[in-house]
Amino acid sequence: MIYENLPDARGHFGPYGGRFVAETLMEPLRELEIAYNKLKGDPAFCAELDRDLALYVGRPSPLYPAERLTKNWGGAQIYLKREDLNHTGAHKINNTIGQALLAKHLGKTRIIAETGAGQHGVASATIAARLGLKCVVYMGADDVERQSPNVYRMKLLGAEVVPVHSGTKTLKDALNEALRDWVTNVDDTFYVIGTVAGPHPYPMLVRDFNAVVGREVLQQSQQMLGRLPDALVACVGGGSNAIGLFYPFIPHDSVKMYGVEAGGDGIATGRHAAPLSAGKPGVLHGNRTYIMADENGQIQGTHSISAGLDYPGVGPEHAWLKDIGRVNYTSITDDEALAAFYECTRTEGIIPALESAHAIAYAKKLSREMKRDDVIVVNLSGRGDKDIFTIAKRDGIQLL
Amino acid sequence: MSRIQDVFAALQARGGKALIPYITAGDPAPQYTVGLMHALVAGGADIIELGVPFSDPMADGPTIQLACERALVHNTSLWQVIDFVAEFRKTNTTTPIVLMGYLNPIEARGLESFAAKAQAAGVDGVLIVDLSVEEAPAMLPTLRAHGLDCIFLLAPTSSADRVAAVAREASGYLYYVSLKGVTGAATLDIASVTEKLTQIRQHTKLPIAVGFGIRDAQSAANVGRVADGVIVGSALVQQIEQNQLAPERLPALLTDQLAAMRGALNALK
Repeated sequence: MIYENLPDARGHFGPYGGRFVAETLMEPLRELEIAYNKLKGDPAFCAELDRDLALYVGRPSPLYPAERLTKNWGGAQIYLKREDLNHTGAHKINNTIGQALLAKHLGKTRIIAETGAGQHGVASATIAARLGLKCVVYMGADDVERQSPNVYRMKLLGAEVVPVHSGTKTLKDALNEALRDWVTNVDDTFYVIGTVAGPHPYPMLVRDFNAVVGREVLQQSQQMLGRLPDALVACVGGGSNAIGLFYPFIPHDSVKMYGVEAGGDGIATGRHAAPLSAGKPGVLHGNRTYIMADENGQIQGTHSISAGLDYPGVGPEHAWLKDIGRVNYTSITDDEALAAFYECTRTEGIIPALESAHAIAYAKKLSREMKRDDVIVVNLSGRGDKDIFTIAKRDGIQLL
Repeated sequence: MSRIQDVFAALQARGGKALIPYITAGDPAPQYTVGLMHALVAGGADIIELGVPFSDPMADGPTIQLACERALVHNTSLWQVIDFVAEFRKTNTTTPIVLMGYLNPIEARGLESFAAKAQAAGVDGVLIVDLSVEEAPAMLPTLRAHGLDCIFLLAPTSSADRVAAVAREASGYLYYVSLKGVTGAATLDIASVTEKLTQIRQHTKLPIAVGFGIRDAQSAANVGRVADGVIVGSALVQQIEQNQLAPERLPALLTDQLAAMRGALNALK
């Protein structure tokens, strides 16, 4: 099997992925798949996307040699892929631009999105404003409470933010509610899913739109180092930034890849969000993948200091990459991520998102097991401005 | 012949329409479920759809979401739901029971042991909301081997080739979702339902039951004129929600609520 050709025609990555949704959505998903397959090879569509990525997002993002972190850690050389420098401050915009352009080409006038921490919601609201589309963002009621600056940001951008009160009142419930909206308003509405999860073709198209990250790193590492990096590290919640970095490197066997899940209070405590490390295969939100569920198959609540990683499932392609052993999946606890957050902030003058801090924390461990002239590329998937309230609260400081 | 086929054959022989109520097992609490199933039969149920509660019921509206949450407060599990059916079967051997729910609770316990237990308890059919006909072939042989009818959904968005594919795999009856939306949604458009049923009947001889948007005797009668069966869920579940603090009243209330629809369907003849 040529791995790059996955998913197969029915949206499967090995035993994972697929299309597990109620009948009403099956035909709209097929239409989306057909439209995407047609548009992705269309020169006009690609030119429009590339132009927006260059002039609106600010791509390519730099591959930055983090010399002070490298010196402090005393191991392999650390390079940061600066997705935090994108417009709206994270990799999320790569995907929302692509999907919103698809929506426009399909003649849809309204986009909906789910969001946890609010980053995907902000990126969706942003591109909706840019393209003149109506935008509704579903957000767990608890997250609305915890992430009020992002809620206000979305409202400023003209989006309607709908708090979701069902279930655990977090990201997974927001996703359920977005699916319910879509099934009701499928004629005029495009569902912009924020990660590489959901029913086929979403895991494929979200991956493709984020793969610009890995393609740039391929090119930048050749230019700067004259060779490929030895290892890639990225955090994994749903897994969109990680797959974006990893995907173009999959055929390059010399490059080791590490996906870092949210270990929360520690895997042993059960209070974490690490389905690849501690879950098992099941079906959630339209695809088969590793999930966190109890013995009765009920989806479990998750815990992570980082709202963006606080999800009980993971993209089906990651499930496949785990099983075939191409990517190593591991986890980092809240405390380790926090330590990395402070270290990166004070050593490099870069405030990383708490999600990305998980990747940095693992890179620190990894760098010490590697040779000094080895190169590790860490995906700095987003900036940490959104997290300063969480950090301040943990430090006992009241902001505003 | 399965119990479900028997029911539709008998109804067709006398020109009757199937009345198919849905309740979520374990709602408002597990000890009431078997009693409520008998109450539904007393109200004129031909088949009962018994919901298996799931933490993430993405195709359901707020009414059934809350029913799932009430049931899950008591940790109502798949095995318990099957036990309810076994208990029900001690005094009712004729009314077909269809388990309706989502795939993950079944997969978590294993398809083979689920199918075996369900058959032993007297379950007649299974409707897995998030199991599309594309993903089903791996699972259908196991269900069929245990004598379980596989009931599938069809929707206003289902294209002709999807209708044909679903009709090939389904048995028992087809569940036509009357509108684009979730359970408990507003009102259905009877003209478009009629038109779609005509299309579906070109592909299948299976009976077609219609659900979503049926709330009372009037809407049941409207649908009964064009369909082989009428499914009512959220309206009953709402009754349970409103009386959850006085659950002893529920059997009589559900019997009366359903009897009104039964009367309306019988009057169609």
